[in-house]
Parts: sequence; structure tokens; C-alpha cells
Amino acid sequence: MNLSALIRRPETGSLISLIAVILFYVVFGGVDLVKLMGAASWLNLAANLGIVALPLGLLMIAGEIDISIGAMIPAGSMTVAILSGHYGLPIEIGILGALALGLCVGLVNGVIATRTTVPTLIITLGTLMAVQGIILSSAMLLTGNASVSITPPDWAKTALGLMIAGKYQVVIWWWLGLAAIFFWVLHVSPVGNWIYAMGGDQTSARNAGIPTNRLKIALFMLSSTAAAFVGICGAIQFNSAQVSGGMGYIFNAVCSVVVGGVLLTGGFGSIPGIFLGTITFAIVSQGIYFTQIDRNWANLIIGITLLLAVAMNEYFRKLALSAGTRKKGGKA
Amino acid sequence: MTAPILELRGVNKSFGPIDVLFDISLTVRAGEVLCLLGDNGAGKSTLIKILSGVYQPTSGQILMDGQPTSFPNPRAASDKGIATVHQFGGTFPLMSIGRSFFVGVEPARGWGPFKRYDRKTANAVAVKAVRDFGITRIDDGDRLVGGLSGGERQSLAIARAVHFGARVLILDEPTAALGVKQATHVLRIVNEAKRRGLAVVFITHQVMHAMAVGDHFAVLIRGAVAADFKKGEKTREEITDLMAGGASMSSLEAEIEGYMASHGGHPPPPAH
Amino acid sequence: MSDSQSNSQGGAGLGQLMRRPEAGSLVGLIAVYIFFAAMGGANFLGAPGISSFLNMSSEVGIIALAVGLLMIAGQLDLSVGSVVPASSLTVSLLAGDFGMPDAVAILGGLGVGLAIGLVNGILVSQTRIPSLIITIGTMFGVMGLTLGLTVLIHGSTGVFLVPGPAAKAIFGQLVGNMFQVSILWWGVFIVAVYWLLHVSPVGNWIFALGGDRESARNAGIPTDRVTIGLYMLSGFAAAFVGVSQVMTFNAAQVAAGQTFIFNSIMCVVIGGVLLTGGSGSVLGIVLGTLTFCIVNQGIFFSGLDPNYGSIIIGALLLIAVMTNDKFRAMALALAAGRKK
Repeated sequence: MNLSALIRRPETGSLISLIAVILFYVVFGGVDLVKLMGAASWLNLAANLGIVALPLGLLMIAGEIDISIGAMIPAGSMTVAILSGHYGLPIEIGILGALALGLCVGLVNGVIATRTTVPTLIITLGTLMAVQGIILSSAMLLTGNASVSITPPDWAKTALGLMIAGKYQVVIWWWLGLAAIFFWVLHVSPVGNWIYAMGGDQTSARNAGIPTNRLKIALFMLSSTAAAFVGICGAIQFNSAQVSGGMGYIFNAVCSVVVGGVLLTGGFGSIPGIFLGTITFAIVSQGIYFTQIDRNWANLIIGITLLLAVAMNEYFRKLALSAGTRKKGGKA
Repeated sequence: MTAPILELRGVNKSFGPIDVLFDISLTVRAGEVLCLLGDNGAGKSTLIKILSGVYQPTSGQILMDGQPTSFPNPRAASDKGIATVHQFGGTFPLMSIGRSFFVGVEPARGWGPFKRYDRKTANAVAVKAVRDFGITRIDDGDRLVGGLSGGERQSLAIARAVHFGARVLILDEPTAALGVKQATHVLRIVNEAKRRGLAVVFITHQVMHAMAVGDHFAVLIRGAVAADFKKGEKTREEITDLMAGGASMSSLEAEIEGYMASHGGHPPPPAH
Repeated sequence: MSDSQSNSQGGAGLGQLMRRPEAGSLVGLIAVYIFFAAMGGANFLGAPGISSFLNMSSEVGIIALAVGLLMIAGQLDLSVGSVVPASSLTVSLLAGDFGMPDAVAILGGLGVGLAIGLVNGILVSQTRIPSLIITIGTMFGVMGLTLGLTVLIHGSTGVFLVPGPAAKAIFGQLVGNMFQVSILWWGVFIVAVYWLLHVSPVGNWIFALGGDRESARNAGIPTDRVTIGLYMLSGFAAAFVGVSQVMTFNAAQVAAGQTFIFNSIMCVVIGGVLLTGGSGSVLGIVLGTLTFCIVNQGIFFSGLDPNYGSIIIGALLLIAVMTNDKFRAMALALAAGRKK
């Protein structure tokens, strides 16, 4: 593969970010690389974050954003805990209920996004607040408590909440599996082309016969359902659900996706990039515990990583646009 | 002379109380370039939108191959072989040439939900189609569209339309944003499309470019066809005069002078 | 931009008022107020109710005004959420741990806000990276710096401060034991930002910037300087709230301030400002802020489950943006029709 082809790949920048971050920790933090690579802490974080970041990344490649995921994570765990924990319904019902809630919220987001010209940041800010309120008040109303416990049966515990070797969450496998599926969708199946086209120029995409509205709604449903899934796994693993939490996922997931080389305005990005971006984020925020650096500086390092990574991705994109032009043509 | 592929008969378009197009009748034939001339706001873009199925005429008829037809949406128009290429090519700057060429009609291998986008075929077909139009600088289908020059992007879009069986090519100000050299490039592509027997509707407000390729001209003024004539029937001055709607000749001359100056003092290549 | 013109002429009849972009926000405000007045009764209508939502409004409102200007100019600022604690900790560390005079400490706190705004502004105007991403970056960065430095200097994440009487009186006293003096400061900000957006020529620049950045630059507007100035204003506003918080509560917390991020955006959007820029008004932002805070605080007087508050706010936000969207589409259609 030649240089210009390498630079055209959205994940090149994120790979460099990842290496830079690890190097930084090794050189300035005295990290034991072997210990860091095998650590469960960042893998667990990356898996939970990654399951949300993958569909969010697709949405961002399609030119949209979804911040209601911040409310969907606690909503997912609350729903399964209320249905199966508080009311004692079978766990299947609880899980299906939580996933169905995710589908519904995504449907609402998607329908509003396709019917109006309101930016999706604002739409999903609205549904973020609404879902937060609904989940809080229904928890209080139905159970009288902001925290609901649940005792999942063995099979559910094994499938969704297992701790492998006592420290690795089984969610890691789900994350890897989903990453493979998303890779297929975006890079192998023809639908991937539709997503890129939609993010590049929506009107042209529609004129080319792509069902942009249906695709957009589907992507929103995917992202809120994925968030609900993360919530379900959390509830099953910890045997309880809290109404709070999840807000941190909003910025963390957006960071991961953007560090991964996805263009916020759409049309550019890749699954390997998002995958590497998620790992970068997780290593920055959890790897600091393996360094001699005071952990209080973690956020500072995240901020700097984000800005540098985005600037680098921007630069690469510029290079990619000129790469392959043998002689100087007219203006691009 | 061949029968017209596309014909408008007495087409009117109003938005609420406002009439935008008034009694438009035009014909487009295979292997012929119809130039739609008009100043900004003359109704050119509305007319394009009617031809490409974005708007429906308020009244009047659209005929294809002599049969009355209608384009309820852009898809219907493109299914009937009408392709519209917009000013910037309507292409996706951050997609590869192969991918953007096949947007919406991706070549795939495999079956059912396991269809795979066939990058090799897409790239090969796209590159060949563009090169057939004489753009030999394009040889790598993985290159990003945004890295092409403006003329190359237009050419890519035209090649795409032709590849997918367009019979009528609507070019919306394809040369407006281009330099002289790039514009010549696009005009050559238009001639090539014409040679291949396509009917071309070429929308422009640059008389020079129109005269370089046009066989047939229609001037739009305030939503109506003010003049309809064939190549050689009118001089450049007369056409410019028409487009400006009867402005004084001296100011027009100054305008043309300025036009020439901004194009390096060169008149456009003569029509053949 | 028509509202800027009609505003500068002042004096509007009822019919004219209804056609203004703020009309929707006003209707929303009245509806919400009547609802909570009916639910909350005398307590809500009296001083306790009024002070509770005005106190909240004054803090989020000062930030919302600056964030609103930025949004009209087509940009976002999420870093305000970390500037508030950064400024209040600067004040308390300077005055407390370093024993500097209150005035110096306060200037230091405000200076932090201006500096962060400057960084944001430079990054946004000099790169093509969306401001959402840049300000998320600076938000994380400032958060980390605040936490790291506070722990380094003070040894814990919370700092107590006993401000001098003058500083307390200016920034942190409670008038009538209930009303924070920051309400008056909010008034000052409203007047200043109103003047900036609707009276001074800079206002037109801000609208032009949000409408079409390229054209604005071609028209000779110093777009970079305006952008940097607006970010410094929002940094300053957030820092000001940080100062008044530490003066009011005699303490500063590292983790405070996150709620301001989305709350300020919601106030601005409920007030009819377009996220994509180019449209909005100060009056709208003020009305949006009041509406948001009345729902937020009124719920405690209503006897309803307080959690319904965020459902109402979410619904309100969606209704606000969708009606604005509809109105704008209608206005554009009308304008397009008239043009021909």
C-alpha cells in the first residue's frame, strides 16, 4: 500500500493517536506496557463505551448526532430492573422491554429529525431531557426508589454480565462482535455507501434513490437501542440499576468517535477508526492509573489528546484530498 | 430531423399567487444541445426542477418520445433517463471516485443480507467511464472526489449519468464556477455527450459557453421564453441584448468588454 | 435580522409583537407561569417562588446570554461548564491559599474565563474543526487543570472561602434574605448584551457571521476578531457566575458547573435562537431562560414529582424548536414568494 492510499484511510490518524498516547504513558509515566495491555480496566471501559460509539459513529458519518444516549443507558438498565426486578417478570421480557424502549426513543428521534430541519443536537437534547425525566419519575412512581435491584437468572448473567477470569466483562465479546457487524455494514455491504453518501450530500443522495429518511430513522434506532443494551448489561452485571449515570457517555462517546477520524459534519470515517478511537480514549482515561502521573490530570490529557487528534485528522483529510493529484489541477 | 425526446407544452408554474414560469414550450432532441439562457432569477432553476421531477408544473404537459408523462419525484425522472448534473457535480467530496460513481446502485457480490460492495468492479467501471470521456488523468478509483478539479468533477458526474443510461442530460450552470481551461474541458465533454446521441439541456448565463456547444437556444426572461432560435440565427450581441431584457447597447458592450477582460481577453473557441 | 431593526426602533404594538420571533417564547413563558401558579399557589406566586426561579435564572441567564450570542454567530461553547468551577476555584485559591486581596482574586477568576475564551476563539477561528469538538476538548482540558491544580495546591477538591464584606456585598449577598444580588448583575448583562446585539453595529456583524461566514468576511467584517471576542465574552460570563457562586456560597467545588452546559443551550433554544446561527434576539434568550427556570423551580412548589420537571423541559424544548422550525419555513416561503 502506498503512502497516499494510507493517508486516505480515516483510521490512520487514530492509529497514530493511539500509539502516541501509549508512548506518552510509557515515556513520561513509566508504564509497564505488558501490564497495561492486559489490564481489564480500560478494556471494560472501551467495551461499554464502544458499543455506544459504534452506532453513534455511523450516525456521525451520516451527518447527524445523538446525545440522548446519555439518558438511554440508565433508561435501559432501569427498564430491565423495573420489569424483571421489581415486578418479577421473566428476564426475557425485561430485556425485550428495555430494547423496545430504545427502539421507540430512536424512532422518535429519527422521525423528528426527518420531518423538521431542526439540528439533531437540539432534537436529541430534548429527548435526552424527556427520557431522563420519564425514567426518573417512573422509577419513583412505580418503585418509590431511585435504585432498583434485580436478580437475573444464570443464563442472563452468563450472557450479559459475566466476569471472565474475575475481571474481564463479557461485554468485551459483545463489543468485538458488534464491531465486526458494523464493519460489515459500513465497509462491505452496499448500505455503507448510502451512509457515506448521506453524510456527504443528503439531497444528492436522495436524488440517487437512497431512502435517506428510512436510513436515518434506522440509524437513530440503532444508537438508542445500543445504549439501552449497555444499560441492560450494567443492570445484569451489578444486580441493580440507578437512575443517574450515563451523562458522561455523551462526551466520551463523541470524543472516541472524533478521535477515531470521523468528521463531525459527516461523510468521512471508518469502523476501524472508531474502534481505535475508543481504545485510545479508554487507555487515556484508565491507563493513567498505571502511571506515576497523578490521576487528577486525566481529563487534561483527554482534552489535549482530543484537540491534537482532531487537528491531525483534519490535516490528513486535507492531504487525502490532494493525494493522487499528479500535477496541479485547477482549484479543487 | 429526429423526433424530440423531451418536450414541454405550455408549462406554467406558480407558487401560491406568484407565477414563476409562464407558458413554456420547448423541445429537446437526441444529439442536440439546447441552451437555456437567462439572467439570474429568470426562472431557469425552476424549469430545471420541473424537468428533473423536483417540482410539478401547475399546468401544461411534459411529453417524452411524444407520449404525455409526468415526473412525480426526482427518482421517476431519472428512471426515465433524465439526469441532472448540478454546478458542483452533485458529487461527494469525501467519497472515493468508485463509491460516489455508484451511489444508490452499488455493484454487489453475494446474496440477500450478505451482499458485498464490489469495490474492484466499481472502481474499474468508474475509471473507464471517465477515461472514455477523455479525462485520462483519472486512473485510481480510490481517489477522493474532492481531490479532483472542478472540471474533472463535472466530467465525472456527466460520465456517471451517461453510464447509467441517461438519454437527457440536464447541466445546471456546469461552467459557472470554472476557469477558462476547465470550462473548455467541460464543453468538450458536452460535445462528446452530444456525439453519443444524448439530448443535452445546457443551462447557463454565459453566452460564450452556450454558443460554443449549442444547436438550439431559448432565452428566458421573467419566467417566459422570450426567444427561441437555432444556431447561427442570432449574433452574440443580440443574444446578450435579449438576456438583459433590452438594456442599452452601450452598457451591454461595456459588460461584454468586462467579460472578455475577466477571461484573459480571449473569445471562446468557435463552435463547429 | 429584521428583529434587530424593529428592536432598535423600539415601541411595538401587540400585533407587531406577535409577529416577532420572541412571540412564541413569550406565549410559552406565560403558559408555564400560569400552570405553576395554579399548581403552586401562594408560595410560588410570593417571594419564595419568585426568588427561587430568579436566582437560578440569574446564573444560567448570564451564561445563556453569551452562549446565545455565540449560537447566533453559528458557534457553540460547551466549555462554560468547566469555566464556572475553574473561576470560583481560582478566586478561592488566590484569596484563601495565597492570601491575596479579594479584588485581585476576583480579577484572577475573571481572567481565567477570558483566557479560556481566548483559547477557544483562536482555535475556532484558525482551524476548520467544529466548535462543538473544540470546546469539548477545552472543557476536558480545563476540568483536568482545575482538578489537578486544586488538589496540588489545596490538597482537596473543595475549597472554603470567607470573602471580605465588600466582595460579598457586590457579588454574593442575599437581598431580603432570598434574592441573590446576581439577579441585578443579570440585568446589567441583559442591557449590555442587548446593546451589543441590537443597537451597536457589532450586532449586525454577529448576525451576518451566523448567516454566512464567508460573505461576512468578504463584506469586510473582522470575523476572526468577532469570533474570538464572543468566546471571550462567554468565558467571562461563565467566570462571572463562578465568582458570584463562590461569593454567595463561601465555597468552591471542582465538580460544579456541568449542568450549565446543556441548561444554557436549552435556555437559548427555547428562546428561539437557531442553532445553525443567523437568527435570535436577546429578549428571546431572556424569556427562554425565565421559562426554563420557572419549570425547573416551579416543580418544587407544585407538589408534583420533581422529576416531571425534566420531562416538561424536554417536551418544551422539542415544541419550541419545532414551532420555530415551522415558522421559519413559513417566513422563508413567504419571502421567496415576494421576491419574484
